[in-house]
Amino acid sequence: MSTVVETHDHGHHGPAKGLSRWLFTTNHKDIGTLYLWFSFIMLFTGGAMAMVIRAELFQPGLQIVQPEFFNQMTTNHGLIMVFGVIMPAFVGLANWMLPIQIGAPDMALPRLNNLSFWLLPMAFGILISTLFMPEGGPNFGWTFYAPLSTTYAPSTVNFFIFSVHVMGVSSILGSINIITTIFNMRAPGMTLMKMPLFVWSWLITAYLLIAVMPVLAGVVTMMLMDINFGTSFFNAAGGGDPVLFQHVFWFFGHPEVYIMILPAFGVVSHIIETFSRKPIFGYESMVYAMASIAILSFVVWAHHMFTVGMPLAGELFFMYSTMLIAIPTGVKVFNWVATMFRGSITFETPMLFSIAFVALFTIGGFSGLMLAIVPADFQYHDTYFVVAHFHYVLVPGALFGIIAATYYWLPKWTGNMYDETLGKLHFWLTFISVNITFFPMHFVGLAGMPRRYPDYALQFADFNAIISVGAFMFGLTQLLFLFIVIKTIRGGKQASPEVWEGAGELGLEWTLSSPAPYHSFSIPPQVK
Amino acid sequence: MSYIKKVLTKLIFVMPLLVSAAVFAESSDYNMSVGVTEVSKSIFELHMVIFWICVAIGVIVFSIMFWSLWKYRKSKGAVPADFDDNFWLEIGWTVAATLVLVWMAVPSTQVMVEAYDDAEGEINILITGHQWKWHYEYLEDEVGFFSNLSTSQEQIDGEVPKGEFYLREVDEPLVIPTNTRVRFLITGNDVIHSWWVPDFAVKQDAIPGFINTAWTNVPEPGIYRGACTELCGIKHAFMPVVVRVVEREEYDDFIAQKVTLAEAERLLTSKNWTKEELMERGEQFYNTNCAACHQANGAGIPPVFPALVGSQVVMSDSAKQIEILMEGVQGSAMAAFGDSYSEIDIAAVITYTRQAWSNGDNGDGVIVTPKDIVDYKNKIDL
Repeated sequence: MSTVVETHDHGHHGPAKGLSRWLFTTNHKDIGTLYLWFSFIMLFTGGAMAMVIRAELFQPGLQIVQPEFFNQMTTNHGLIMVFGVIMPAFVGLANWMLPIQIGAPDMALPRLNNLSFWLLPMAFGILISTLFMPEGGPNFGWTFYAPLSTTYAPSTVNFFIFSVHVMGVSSILGSINIITTIFNMRAPGMTLMKMPLFVWSWLITAYLLIAVMPVLAGVVTMMLMDINFGTSFFNAAGGGDPVLFQHVFWFFGHPEVYIMILPAFGVVSHIIETFSRKPIFGYESMVYAMASIAILSFVVWAHHMFTVGMPLAGELFFMYSTMLIAIPTGVKVFNWVATMFRGSITFETPMLFSIAFVALFTIGGFSGLMLAIVPADFQYHDTYFVVAHFHYVLVPGALFGIIAATYYWLPKWTGNMYDETLGKLHFWLTFISVNITFFPMHFVGLAGMPRRYPDYALQFADFNAIISVGAFMFGLTQLLFLFIVIKTIRGGKQASPEVWEGAGELGLEWTLSSPAPYHSFSIPPQVK
Repeated sequence: MSYIKKVLTKLIFVMPLLVSAAVFAESSDYNMSVGVTEVSKSIFELHMVIFWICVAIGVIVFSIMFWSLWKYRKSKGAVPADFDDNFWLEIGWTVAATLVLVWMAVPSTQVMVEAYDDAEGEINILITGHQWKWHYEYLEDEVGFFSNLSTSQEQIDGEVPKGEFYLREVDEPLVIPTNTRVRFLITGNDVIHSWWVPDFAVKQDAIPGFINTAWTNVPEPGIYRGACTELCGIKHAFMPVVVRVVEREEYDDFIAQKVTLAEAERLLTSKNWTKEELMERGEQFYNTNCAACHQANGAGIPPVFPALVGSQVVMSDSAKQIEILMEGVQGSAMAAFGDSYSEIDIAAVITYTRQAWSNGDNGDGVIVTPKDIVDYKNKIDL
């Protein structure tokens, strides 16, 4: 694509020294690194909570924690994984990769970029601090249904609301920055339909964020008013409507699901074309599929609420609209398979994670399709079948996308190749344990185990023990990932500019030296 | 070596699918319960149809993918082709996917219409979700009762072995007759709960301020067990649903007995209760309904659930205590018990808490009688 290769760094523009480099940085690469490390730390925080949950559920009875603390763990595990791991990790990848994929010198609004990152540690500091307060942290599930989260909530709910507001501001600022960058800073010649798919995925994601984050802010503000200022938005006794909460929440919540998976679609598309040595099949249909998914995501929200008592027509409408999403999603899977077909395939770690992504995300898609069927959902709703479904799309889905992206671009970020043997070991351990953890959840769910239960009937004991063992394995394995990343930062085989065989043809980022210079594309490259 | 590795890779990828197909026999330890009603059976069949369609699509897509990964390995000298688009292929698989979805949507809609029917039942039962128990009221006969978890705390804490129906047993199950259309009117008293009996395929949220409907018609007598499926606070896992389905005659006897009991209870209200009688009844009531939060020793779990031992209200302000029991405490987990329990129960439990632990020695020791509660109600009604 481009012919401009920057090989030297202007010495006087290098990073500042010490802590102030990270506090005051406006460099997209530094901010990307901050986001990625932040989400890595949060992964282990939220992961530790998952370990507490699985330890308690290892066998029936209350052994390790009491239900009150258990509920705080499930709630904070969900909030941290969604808002503190998956979303910041993708924003980190966007910060690092968007400018160098479109041939821009930096993000369009660098200071805003710094602010949107530094809001996050504040938001999560506030959220996590509630766990150490006398009344304990949020305990009403990550979906915080009213009135459990309003009239019946611990008073620390106010900290939770403030923390969600701060997260929302951070996401909105980040999205504004991304959209502005993509529309204004593309290299000459890079038309919209020549943009890399990761850029497309983020353009669509950023619009989703801007559309729904204010809705989330609205719903938590209504909670704040109900709790402190005597309004009755969600309080039936005052003429309010508890179901209204769910409608507003899921109007945010469903697009949020796609916010977490679309960037992974972009990443996986790049990786599959790189290691199949064949350009992505159906580029245009990939773009249209993502756009269709994003648009449809606004009209399916009530499929999370099939048991709240909607009229028949409402139930059917949301069933059909939800089933429609399977079409563009299916098209994406078919395109990935067609990209591999008649390629020349190698199996480096990023490719292994991407293949697993396609297979396991598809399984999550199947269970999603089953959940869309309203009458069947009466039996699935709020059981472990749902837990299995969303963990399949979020762990071997979104998280595998992030891990694959890390292996794929780590040599570009650090200039060093990661240890391929350790990478493969990490993949296999992760792949096996993720299935031991989440596959049996389908069975206990169908057999009737409800979610968010700290204790359960005896017939679920065997599967729960297996699930817990898988979860511990999965958790420990991620320490290996941390080790591999640190090892690569500290040294390793020198990576070439194109890093992967033939990747030089695939994107502007592979025309830069490895590691990418602190300032890149000061002179815009020409895209043919 | 490399060959074995690839085969293993393949196996591991396909295994979850094979395993799932194998265990998806009709065992309810692994699969959805077939249930006993026509609706639950239709839903089970629908679930299996959708499942096998998904398996078929999965087998096709994954076979092509893994065959491609196998066939076009670079290590075997595969040379990449240079195509990157095919308009008719894209149109083809979009249309194919749409057709499969229509194929799924038709039976789904039929079953949905069958399951969704809110016509009145021959018997109508109001189900109210409370933190953390169910209340059942037979609307035609005007009798009702609470259904509490009957598994002991010792079993939960692992001090004694767990019974066969651990966390799936209650002190008083809902009783309904066979071969009768029963309609459930479902609501919540405090937070949202959800009433689920898998064998009837009935799951409906119990939402404060709303009355949802569901219905069933059970052909076979038996005991059917279910659960609360909407997070409702600390004891969410400890408020199971148990329904006993009996022949019509037995049901009629059951209702007649309940009506007689309710009559007797009303008569008892005007009787002169002694302190001992109230204490005995109060202690029983306390352990069933209050101890979950305020604890058996009255120490509570501050700051969420206040202690009753040493409480100023419990020791020296009986009027305030009656008001709290009757009306609840706004903005806390303390529910209003006035509408749900008899005057005798309310009086007994107040008297009990004022005498129990060290409160009797340190407080005023006032005895509250059912008449006091009746007086309170009359005052409020004026």
